[in-house]
Amino acid sequence: MAGLTELTKDNFDQEVKESSLPVLVDFWGPKCVPCMGLMPVVEELAGKYAGKVKFCKVNTAENRRLAIQLRVMSLPTFQFYKGGEVVAELQGSFGQEEIEEKLQALIG
Amino acid sequence: MQEYDIIIVGAGPAGLTAALYSARSKLKTLYIEKLSTGGQAATTDEIENYPGFPHGVTGPSLSAQMEEQAKRFGAERLAAKVEKLKMDGDLRIVCTNKGDFRAKVVIIASGAAPKLLGCPGELKFRARGVSYCATCDAAFYEGANVMVIGGGDSAVEEANYLTKFADKVTLVHRRNSLRATKVVQDRALANPKMEFAWNSVVEEIEGEDVVERVILKDVTTGEKRTVEVEGVFIYVGLEPNTDWLEGQIETDEHGYIPTDDNMRTNVPGVYAIGDVRTKLLRQVVTAAADGAIAAFHAEKYMESKFDHK
Repeated sequence: MAGLTELTKDNFDQEVKESSLPVLVDFWGPKCVPCMGLMPVVEELAGKYAGKVKFCKVNTAENRRLAIQLRVMSLPTFQFYKGGEVVAELQGSFGQEEIEEKLQALIG
Repeated sequence: MQEYDIIIVGAGPAGLTAALYSARSKLKTLYIEKLSTGGQAATTDEIENYPGFPHGVTGPSLSAQMEEQAKRFGAERLAAKVEKLKMDGDLRIVCTNKGDFRAKVVIIASGAAPKLLGCPGELKFRARGVSYCATCDAAFYEGANVMVIGGGDSAVEEANYLTKFADKVTLVHRRNSLRATKVVQDRALANPKMEFAWNSVVEEIEGEDVVERVILKDVTTGEKRTVEVEGVFIYVGLEPNTDWLEGQIETDEHGYIPTDDNMRTNVPGVYAIGDVRTKLLRQVVTAAADGAIAAFHAEKYMESKFDHK
C-alpha cells in the first residue's frame, strides 16, 4: 500500500507547490467520519496512481491554520493541484467515482 | 452476473442490522455503500439513547461495531454507487457503477440526507462557513461565533456539541419553543454559551469570501436584524434518498417509502428500512429494529417463493 505524504505548513510548498507531479490533497480530521470512510479508498487509489499523481493528506485538527489559509473550512475536502495551482476540488458527499474522475482529468 | 440472496442498499444502522440478521441466517448477503459506513448516525457525536450504552456512544464507534458484527457472520461489503433497481421476473437486479448484481430480495436502506434551508447565500457559502456536519467541521470554529438553524434533536444536540469549540452558539428557531427531547433541550437552555433567537428565520447569509453575518427576520414582528457569525450549521430536517428508484417503488408525498409492518414495499421482494421509510421516529434504535424485521421476513419470503433451503 502506497503511503500518503503528511502535510504541515512547513512542507506544504515543497511537497505541493513545487511538485513535478500533479497532487491530490486530502483534508481530513479524526472526528470526521466521512473522511475516515474515504481513507481506504484514497490509499487504494494512491497505489493505483503511483508515479502519476502524488497523494498527500492534511490533518486539519493539527493544521487548522493551513487548512483555512487554503480556504478549506468543511470536511471532507479534496484539492487537486497541477503546477502548484488548485485546478479542481471535491467537497462534501463524494466517493471513489468522483475522485477517479478528477484524477483522470488531472493526468489526462 | 454475481448472485446473492439479499442485497442491502446503504450501510447505516438499518442496513448493517439487516446485513447482520441476514448473514447470521446463512443467507448470501451483500451490502452496498457509496460513502462511508454509518449513514446519518456516523455524523452524530454522541448517541445517548441507544440501549446498552449507559454513558453514550459516539456515532462512528457504534457504526464501526455494527459493521464488524455483520462482517463476522459473512456479510460482504461493496463500495459502490447504486444507480438503478431493475426487475427480472421474481429476481431483482441492483445496478451500480461497479457492475450489476442479482438478488432474490433487495432491502432499501439508502437513508436520508440533510435538507437545504433554501435561503440566499446558503449555496454560495457552502463549505465557506455553511455546514451540515458539526462533528466534521466544529474544530474550524474554535473561539468563533456560530449559528445553528433548527429546533429538533439534531439541531439542539449539535449546538451543544459546538459549544465545546465556539465561544457563542446562537440557535435560530422559527417557533418559540424547541421540538427536541426534554433532556437535550434542558442541557441547551442551561448552557452559558448558548443563545436563542426565537420566532426567527434566516433571511440571508452574507459575507465576502466566507460567511461574515446572517440576516434574521422575526416572524411575529417582521423585524430584521444582523448577527455576526463565522459559521452556520443547518439542521432543518431530512430529504429521503429515493431518486435512484426512479418511481418504481411507491413513495409518499415527501419521497419516503411506505411499508407494511414487515417492512415490505409495494413491490414483492423489495423492502425498505430506516430513515428512508415512512415512519414516526427516525432513530438508530428504530432503524436497527427495521433491519431485523426486514431480514427476518425476507427469509420467510424466500422460503416460500424460491423453495429456499
